[in-house]
Amino acid sequence: MVNENLVKDVVKEPYKYGFVTDIETEKIEKGLNEDIIRLISQKKEEPKFLLDFRLKAFRKWQKMKEPDWAALGYKKIDYQDIIYYSAPKQKEKISSLDEVDPKLLETFDKLGIPLTEQKKLTNVAVDAVFDSVSIATTFREELAEHGVIFCSISEAVKNHADLIEKYLGTVVPASDNYFAALNSAVFSDGSFVYIPKGVTCPMDLSSYFRINSGDSGQFERTLIIAEESSSVSYLEGCTAPMFDTNTLHAAVVELIALDDASIKYSTVQNWYAGDDEGIGGIFNFVTKRGKCLGKRSKISWSQVETGSAITWKYPSCLLLGEESVGEFYSVALTNNLQQADTGTKMIHIGPKTKSTIVSKGISAGNSKNSYRGLVKMGTKATGSRNYSQCDSMLIGDQASANTFPYIKSQQPNSEIEHEASTCRISEDQLFYLQSRGIEFEEAVSMMVSGFCRDVFNQLPMEFAAEADKLLALKLEGSVG
Amino acid sequence: MQSTMKELDPILEVENLSASTDNLPILKGVSLTVYPGEIHAIMGRNGCGKSTLSKIIAGHPSYNITNGDIKFLGENINSLEPEERAQSGIFLGFQYPIEIPGVSNLEFLRVSTNARRKFLNKEELDTFDFEELVKEKLELVKMNHAFLSRSVNQGFSGGEKKRNEILQMALLEPKIAILDETDSGLDIDALRIVASGIKKISNAQTGIILITHYQRLLDEIEPNYVHVMSDGQIIKTGESDLALELEKKGYEWTDNFIKEN
Repeated sequence: MVNENLVKDVVKEPYKYGFVTDIETEKIEKGLNEDIIRLISQKKEEPKFLLDFRLKAFRKWQKMKEPDWAALGYKKIDYQDIIYYSAPKQKEKISSLDEVDPKLLETFDKLGIPLTEQKKLTNVAVDAVFDSVSIATTFREELAEHGVIFCSISEAVKNHADLIEKYLGTVVPASDNYFAALNSAVFSDGSFVYIPKGVTCPMDLSSYFRINSGDSGQFERTLIIAEESSSVSYLEGCTAPMFDTNTLHAAVVELIALDDASIKYSTVQNWYAGDDEGIGGIFNFVTKRGKCLGKRSKISWSQVETGSAITWKYPSCLLLGEESVGEFYSVALTNNLQQADTGTKMIHIGPKTKSTIVSKGISAGNSKNSYRGLVKMGTKATGSRNYSQCDSMLIGDQASANTFPYIKSQQPNSEIEHEASTCRISEDQLFYLQSRGIEFEEAVSMMVSGFCRDVFNQLPMEFAAEADKLLALKLEGSVG
Repeated sequence: MQSTMKELDPILEVENLSASTDNLPILKGVSLTVYPGEIHAIMGRNGCGKSTLSKIIAGHPSYNITNGDIKFLGENINSLEPEERAQSGIFLGFQYPIEIPGVSNLEFLRVSTNARRKFLNKEELDTFDFEELVKEKLELVKMNHAFLSRSVNQGFSGGEKKRNEILQMALLEPKIAILDETDSGLDIDALRIVASGIKKISNAQTGIILITHYQRLLDEIEPNYVHVMSDGQIIKTGESDLALELEKKGYEWTDNFIKEN
């Protein structure tokens, strides 16, 4: 067996985003009822249709049961013990970044996401979300020249209500599932992207989600619409401070791609995972779904999931348009007592639709990592194809990996291919690399990155480098 | 000629080495000294402990040294990590080279070469400089450039794996190379390529230990000494003609040596 202690040391990760920003916040009281929802909507000065949307969702949620089918074990969440709105206090109207609290700018600076004009990242536009609100969005004017709308969803509600009313909840209906219903009732902020017809978004768009307070949940909502023949690459990053309590994060992401449009959505999720005894950490219950509405449209999800105490997440594609394409590339790394139940759903509705699933799960420590995926071929999905590959890697002998592939085909003239494998980093492999002068830590990290190569190749350049570093960091520690 | 060799300091000294795995004794007092420029062959039946000896010298974590010392360039290395031994110039050519899926051979060779270069206070090579170096070394083992873009040893034939080992040896320029049954599974042509590669890499400053069952590798690379191992001990040491005699008479012949002991 691989030397257990050595592996333990190596996979011990120092979480460098665990700081708390000391800032005055406006919080509403704990608990959830219709008054709270009205209050959130009022604070955000929302139109009536949105309040109705929220209330309808809330009433549905009250009748729903928390799902228990995932291979996850956790203490029951007390939904009345959560604060549903928390925002850093700042001036009513902010006209420029100069008016943003320097503490907030500093926070994002520390996270490697500088927002100010002088320091901002040059090749990517960023929407920075702090607890329940969006702080700033960079490159807005430049994007506007191309007709691209990139702003917080709260702003979109004010300035582009028609688009919100038309599309919100059309991919993930409020009653879709327990957590989506909760989000629909209380969502506070998130990002909105609109790419007009024929436009290739001139730069990558990115949202950075930061949870700061320990007792408030984060319920962001993202909506991306790509009109005919447009394309966009969107990146999402997440971190949170270290608290010894669990924080609930229940997000909804909806993507809509029309004829010949393409959306690439990449996530690096590094929420606080709890300590090595499983105390604290984010409960991450997320519904992400894309609708390939148009012919030859394409939606591609890539995710690197390394954080959270619990991850419950199945970025999916509804393939309606003829010849539309759905992709899912995932790396999920769990360590210590982390639990992940993640995968995808590829729902083939239109003819000649194609989907690819590549999932790489790495479990270390005492963690539990499950892939759960559904591939469905509807009656009209003639000539459609799916290819799935699900690989698991175990580090040490206390971790577990599961694969739950569900396949439903109502269309004989379609193809579904599924491959799965499980491997363990063997002592012989480690010794081989070490006997060539490669340090133990680097040897483990080389093998893990090698294992994830197929997925990393799908990430945008800057993200791929970050993901590689993040995994290496997760696997870094003092050896011996 | 031998007397001049002995004036140099030995590269490797194995002194009365005993070792076990899972409390099972495998080596029972092995002594072996290799001077610069020397080629030693170790022969013996399967399970006699010759592969174990090579792994222990390279630092395999599954074995415990219960007695004795391993010295490399005069320093005791009993407690060094495998990577430290490799960086300082000990090379083990594996009998069964390990497959590492997803890790490109080129990247592996580069990281490993740089680890050795760093130890030698030589400049580490970037991708481009390394490509130049590796191209030159590929010639030695007549390997195709395409091998570099594949995963380490994955899907390689037996012969390709062994050539990849010799390629690593060429890049790492070890002080001592222990080649564990590098000849097994090779056809005549591949054996010649591997043998000529080994000869080109070795010089008057390096030592080589060939672990083998067969005379045919020793026809290509003539050893200075031949050691016969049995039950965790070296039971006889001779010159190259010992291997020929062994080939003729078989290992049964060596059983008598134990009785003599």
